[in-house]
Amino acid sequence: MKNLTEQEREKKFQERIDRGEIIEPKDWMPERYRSQLIRMMSQHAHSEIVGMLPEGNWITRAPSLKRKAVLLAKVQDEGGHGLYIYSGTETLNISREELVGEFLSGKAKYSSIFNYPTLTWADIGAIGWLVDGAAIVNQTALAKCSYGPYARAMVRICKEENFHHKQGYEILATLMKGTEGQKAMAQDAVNRWWWPSLMMFGPSDKDSPNSAELMRWKVKRFSNDDLRQRFIDRTVPQADNIGIKIPDPMLKFNETTSHYEYGPINWEEFYNVIKGNGICNRERMKARRAAHTDGRWVREAAEAYAKKQTAKGIEA
Amino acid sequence: MKNDALFEYCLRLGDTSLILSQRLGEWCGHGPILEEDIALTNISLDLLGQARSFLTYAGETEGKGRNEDDLAFFRDEREFRNFLLAEQPNGDFGVTLLRQFLICTQQYFLYQELSNSKDSSLSALAARSFKETTYHLRHCSGWVQRLATGTEESRQRMLDALDSLWRYTGDMFDTDELEKGLIKSGIAPDTDLIRKKWDTRVREVFSEASLSIPENVFQITGSRQGRHTEHLGHLLAEMQVVPRSYPGAVW
Ligand SMILES: [Fe+2]
Ligand SMILES: [Fe+2]
Repeated sequence: MKNLTEQEREKKFQERIDRGEIIEPKDWMPERYRSQLIRMMSQHAHSEIVGMLPEGNWITRAPSLKRKAVLLAKVQDEGGHGLYIYSGTETLNISREELVGEFLSGKAKYSSIFNYPTLTWADIGAIGWLVDGAAIVNQTALAKCSYGPYARAMVRICKEENFHHKQGYEILATLMKGTEGQKAMAQDAVNRWWWPSLMMFGPSDKDSPNSAELMRWKVKRFSNDDLRQRFIDRTVPQADNIGIKIPDPMLKFNETTSHYEYGPINWEEFYNVIKGNGICNRERMKARRAAHTDGRWVREAAEAYAKKQTAKGIEA
Repeated sequence: MKNDALFEYCLRLGDTSLILSQRLGEWCGHGPILEEDIALTNISLDLLGQARSFLTYAGETEGKGRNEDDLAFFRDEREFRNFLLAEQPNGDFGVTLLRQFLICTQQYFLYQELSNSKDSSLSALAARSFKETTYHLRHCSGWVQRLATGTEESRQRMLDALDSLWRYTGDMFDTDELEKGLIKSGIAPDTDLIRKKWDTRVREVFSEASLSIPENVFQITGSRQGRHTEHLGHLLAEMQVVPRSYPGAVW
């Protein structure tokens, strides 16, 4: 490949993609492909980490010891996902420190959904059912993306997300079988989380600037609207099953297309939250920055200790 | 009578794990390093598992139909039997790790001995918990060493942590007539023996970390009688709020 021009290389790269080949870290790739993947993967990793906060908010208040154990394990899984995707991103020649630095400085984004507050125990059910449910639809698509490390991470992570989804649904199902107060709590949580979950798929592709390029590289395999539709189609019957009402008066099943039609999404709200005006944007960043700052002395101590051990010739 | 004593003893075991797990759960999402966030949650989960087993067994021996959740969520402060050390606030990472090290060293030797208990349920639970605690102890000992010898700042923080926590260590070995009775009948291990082993191990780890055992520190006790520090009430208020707000609800 030595004497090829940049253009020829890109052409060959595109041919590989078109043949359905998987790109591995050592393969040549256009700089833009690399930077787009870094952007997407790191954003995904940051989202897993920030996502620990709204749910972590209920660990100390889970209403039974069994629920507490399940929630602890779930939030821990999300941390594991973050770790795993950071490692995947590092295959693109960037360090975790750099990635985390970009996140803490506010340069890198994370999923907007985590800027909504968890107000009651039922929110933990709604997040598992809707947010993890939406994540599964997204990540199942990403499991077929052209970059090997990302695709493999998604396969592994999706297995756990399926557990989270079931557990969340089960929390809501239990509440819906409970007292009037519990039922109201469940419905209220779904009322608040439904629309933000639909926004997780992003605006229509005609409004999202990166889509065409990502589709051509098979980093994205389906349009945002298609994925959103898939999520709605599989979720609405689950709501019906346990007596939860979806807070959309225009929602109806279209017999001809076999899809649910739904009302307009408030994209103004979406852009507002992205801009930093969600209820919890500040708290989430504050919490992550505090963890980083308060933890500095620990990281420094661990590093200093490791150095001393190496100097002594001992594996730390 | 014997069952009353066994009930009380199981509460002591279960409550310490429960309260400590609750404290560690507060760290989730806020740890200094992602790997450590995950590790602390792991320990919290193990402790919660132990608490659930011991409390379930406590409920069985009591024979009044109370399950793990009844005991965790519907007892008041004065009825809790956890070590005072377990309820102490997390402080910085050094306080949390030192507290963890001091308690899990106790749990390590306790479970080791308790796995020979004449009560077969207790011995089985202890054997399982011993395996988990072996890992916790290794993890915490490593961190005590790292933090106490890492940098000047981390060392100072460990000295401060030691200063604030040491006065609650004696409470872990406070014995009463009830425990003596159980020791005599071969159900509970000898507290003095556990204390000796604990003492030796703590000295070993401390000496590698160039820490010295504080001398002549007045020891605050009371957990055996449910006399706690002010911190427990707040912890329980948070932990118990949902079930108590919805009496009779199933979750
Ligand atoms: Fe996840
Ligand atoms: Fe998840």
